[in-house]
Amino acid sequence: MQLAVLVIFLAAILTPWIYGQSKTRAAQVLAIVPALLTLWFASHIPAIADGNILIHEYHWIPGLDISFTMVLDGLSLLFALLICGIGTFIVLYAGAYLKGHENLGRFLVILMSFMGSMLGLVLSDNLITLFVFWELTSITSYLLIGFNHQSAEARKAALQGLIVTVGGGLALLAGLVLLASASGSYSLQEIFNSNTMLTEHPLYVGMLICLLLGAFTKSAQFPFHFWLPNAMAAPTPVSAYLHSATMVKAGIYLLARLQPELGGTELWMLVLTSFGAFTMFTGAFMAIRSTDLKKLLAYSTVMALGTLTLLLGIGTELAMIAFAAYLLAHSLYKGALFMLAGIVDHEAGSRNVNELGGLRKLLPVTAICTAIAALSLAGIPPLFGFVAKELLLESLIEGPTGYIVFALVMASAVLVVAVAAIVAIRPFYGAFQAPKDAGEIHEPPKGMLAGPIVLAGLSLIAGLLPFWVGDFITFPASEAVHGGRLDGYLALWHGLNLPLLLSVISIGLGILVYRSWDGIRERLQVLNPIIVRGPESGYFRFMDGIVWLAEWQTRHLQNGSIRNYLRTIILVFVAITGYTLLVRYQIHWNWDINPAFHELVAVSILVTGAAAACLTHSRLGAVAAMGVVGFSIAFIFILFSAPDLSITQILVETLTVILLVLVLFRLPSFSNISTTSERIRDAIVALLTGLLMTLLVMITIDIQLFAPISDYMIENSAPLAYGRNIVNVILVDFRALDTLGEIFVLALAAMGVYAMIKFNPSTAPGSNHFAGTLILPPKEVPEEDIVHSLEEIHQKMLEQQKILEAEPADQEVPEEHVEAEQEKRKGNDTPDSKEDR
Amino acid sequence: MMKPGTIILYTAARYIVPLQLLFSIFLLLRGHDEPGGGFIAGLVASGAMALYLFTFGATVTRDLLRVDPRNLIGAGLFFGMISIFPALLNGEPFFTAQWWPIPLPGGGELKLSTPLIFDIGVYLTVFGSVMLMLIALTETEER
Amino acid sequence: MEPIMAIVVGLLYAAAVYMMLRRSIVKLVIGLMLLSNAANLLIFTSAGITRGAPPLIPEGMLSPDGVVADPLPQALILTAIVIAFGVLAFAVVLIHRAYNIIHTDNLDHMKDTDT
Repeated sequence: MQLAVLVIFLAAILTPWIYGQSKTRAAQVLAIVPALLTLWFASHIPAIADGNILIHEYHWIPGLDISFTMVLDGLSLLFALLICGIGTFIVLYAGAYLKGHENLGRFLVILMSFMGSMLGLVLSDNLITLFVFWELTSITSYLLIGFNHQSAEARKAALQGLIVTVGGGLALLAGLVLLASASGSYSLQEIFNSNTMLTEHPLYVGMLICLLLGAFTKSAQFPFHFWLPNAMAAPTPVSAYLHSATMVKAGIYLLARLQPELGGTELWMLVLTSFGAFTMFTGAFMAIRSTDLKKLLAYSTVMALGTLTLLLGIGTELAMIAFAAYLLAHSLYKGALFMLAGIVDHEAGSRNVNELGGLRKLLPVTAICTAIAALSLAGIPPLFGFVAKELLLESLIEGPTGYIVFALVMASAVLVVAVAAIVAIRPFYGAFQAPKDAGEIHEPPKGMLAGPIVLAGLSLIAGLLPFWVGDFITFPASEAVHGGRLDGYLALWHGLNLPLLLSVISIGLGILVYRSWDGIRERLQVLNPIIVRGPESGYFRFMDGIVWLAEWQTRHLQNGSIRNYLRTIILVFVAITGYTLLVRYQIHWNWDINPAFHELVAVSILVTGAAAACLTHSRLGAVAAMGVVGFSIAFIFILFSAPDLSITQILVETLTVILLVLVLFRLPSFSNISTTSERIRDAIVALLTGLLMTLLVMITIDIQLFAPISDYMIENSAPLAYGRNIVNVILVDFRALDTLGEIFVLALAAMGVYAMIKFNPSTAPGSNHFAGTLILPPKEVPEEDIVHSLEEIHQKMLEQQKILEAEPADQEVPEEHVEAEQEKRKGNDTPDSKEDR
Repeated sequence: MMKPGTIILYTAARYIVPLQLLFSIFLLLRGHDEPGGGFIAGLVASGAMALYLFTFGATVTRDLLRVDPRNLIGAGLFFGMISIFPALLNGEPFFTAQWWPIPLPGGGELKLSTPLIFDIGVYLTVFGSVMLMLIALTETEER
Repeated sequence: MEPIMAIVVGLLYAAAVYMMLRRSIVKLVIGLMLLSNAANLLIFTSAGITRGAPPLIPEGMLSPDGVVADPLPQALILTAIVIAFGVLAFAVVLIHRAYNIIHTDNLDHMKDTDT
């Protein structure tokens, strides 16, 4: 199974090459991959239907409990079949739909990557792997929604979808980690097989909230449903594939997967049924307001996702049977309907049902397929949609839900019949009407028709043979969701009972709604002000809030002065760490020490060196003082049993001096600009830091929170690693990965230095911009601002303290002045630098 | 600053540099058992070349090095990376040390191993990095 | 010896922070050097100080004689020293470059070229 996922990604990688070979045939060639996989997965149907579970183990990062193990059970199989099966037709469809589009190659790459990620998501056994694939589907979805990247609307919709789903993904990650820590394993199979009662775990509520946030955002549940209709900015194949048949069901998949472990509690039931029912109604209601074919379908998808959540919430055996049946039915008819809507758009030039009519004669096959799929959507026999709808109503009547939920479901059932009627009848019947001329409209190529015909046909066949479909496909899935064997079968005819009656009523009312649709839509305009204030406005307010917060904190914290940054960081650090230290721990000053004389000498030289480096006014003095500091530290290392460190320190100290000689002396000498009060303030900050560090050292010496790992290293250095210098063994063996990272850092630093020295902005290709910054010609620092000698500093200090009469030259230019000057200079200089080029 | 060195410095550099380079390899090889190792050896080698650099200037030092320091860094990182893989081939978690001791004539033993390869990688990276920085800085100075 | 070393670490940190808060960019470099030294000593001291027992195993033995100094912080500091050198070189060259371009060594003036 790992191979199945890899093959798809491989196909994605090879796509540019295939596309280069033949621009027209690329899609057909690529479609072979998912087609073969569909057959491969189909060959497992009998075994899975017998209750077997296929597990392919592969350990990936055993140290972190992350595996690449994949599991095929009823639920995964259903999803895998949908992903590969519908995927085959989508690839074919896309090849025809985007024929001649300059970016078709890129589209196919992303589409195939999505397919691989989605397949990986439903097959993964490991929670982390699952999460990685989950995020991959979000990212590929982002790229696909934003495929028409010239359109600002598409970009905005793509970003919205990404922010909502990835934001939810963050919550999901937290939820998965909580789940793993509560159950003690990252493997789903192990979680199922263990005896821990997760529902009684103290972390249960938090875990559930996080997981639900992830699932609800991905599966467009209220109040996160708004991104899905906006995502219709994507090309139609994407809408058909990602945003109806597969990706948006990932959240549902996750909930279904975890249902046996987390389901069954009051909280689960309440949240899922209420959100599900409300999403259902929202979707159906919003659909009835739309006139765009794709929007209509998108909102009805929201409705279907709500239905699935509702069924998971009900949680009875019947609900589980209904769940799998509904899932299959929806994917079949909605995939077909989206592709058909795309055909209408493609051929007739519009997706607005009010601009279309009478296309039946010109697009006969499309019209028939739409009719079949829409009948399934409306839940009319003998289509599979009817079977699913009957089961839904039956489990609702049996199930423990209240009247409100029931009323919402009935209302949506009525509205969805109307939606189905609008989609199937409006564009195809009545007087001819279309933006294009009748002569230009003709049936699309076979590649585009193949998908809808097969999917609509499957809806019909499944409806006629529900028993067979149930046994082989939906029941194993239901059992996986339920976590045990189920009795029963799917049937088209359940006898004359309440669900049937309700069905008939909903169909009747639905047709009534359809007849007066135009009137209803107009009257619903009244509600617009309320809808505008819906959850989507919350999203926009949230985004505005982020911008506002960013502006605020940029103004206050990131005002460009490094010293302010430093001071803020240091003070915050001192306050937080100091508080924690003082509250939690006690310091033991153990003065029972007998330092040797040479140790004291070393230490006092060190301190003197540091003080000298601070106080000296010459660069040479400072470099020399730093040398003293470095070498006395090397001496301390030697005294306290660290020969390797000592050697390294001495060598580095030598090289540092060389470095400083090469560079530092080409910089201006120390200028002394700060005022005395500034200096005192900084000294206080510095001393506070020093005090904190002293306390920190004293406390850490006493405290041992974990068993030290160095004992293991000391013991095993010789026996296991054959080395007698333990420090070196740690560097190159025990912690070699760290060292590898460190030499990379060093190499990067060297590269950076090299680049900075060699890169010459005036000759480099590009412009007079350096790292995004306009390079200004040399700024003339007034001679009096540069301090050259001790006498001058002294002079200046005297002047500042008003001891000596200062010359009227202003030492400190006011801030605005500087800026104004800067602006002026910039204005003057830009043309000059252009001339230079 | 980079005037031709005095005769003493000139002579000293010519004799000290090869010795110091040899010493750095000695430090590298014995690093697993006694104080030493890739970092220290790399720094010692850089120190040697820095002396040469100060005495004879950047061009001559480049000639002596023969390889561009950037290639040294690349080779070092390459050595560091390939020492990961033998463990994978043996089916162990990556970075597990592999040992292939080779007996030397005279009772000694050359402890050939992935940690040694890794240490050589560290040596080359440190050496290359320091040389890259110093030579580049000196070259701007000479210009 | 630990309390003395702790105070030394504190003083080094104070010196480093003070230098980093100066406006002259050259002093910032000195502050950076002091800071990396202070950090190394901090790790070294917090691991506990051992006299005259380097973490080496005598020839022909499988474990060291008696208690030795903790090798792990030493390994950490060893790489830290070398990387600090790399970072210092980077910082120094960066500052040099910045000085060549905007011709000031005053940190407060440097922020003007942000935009």
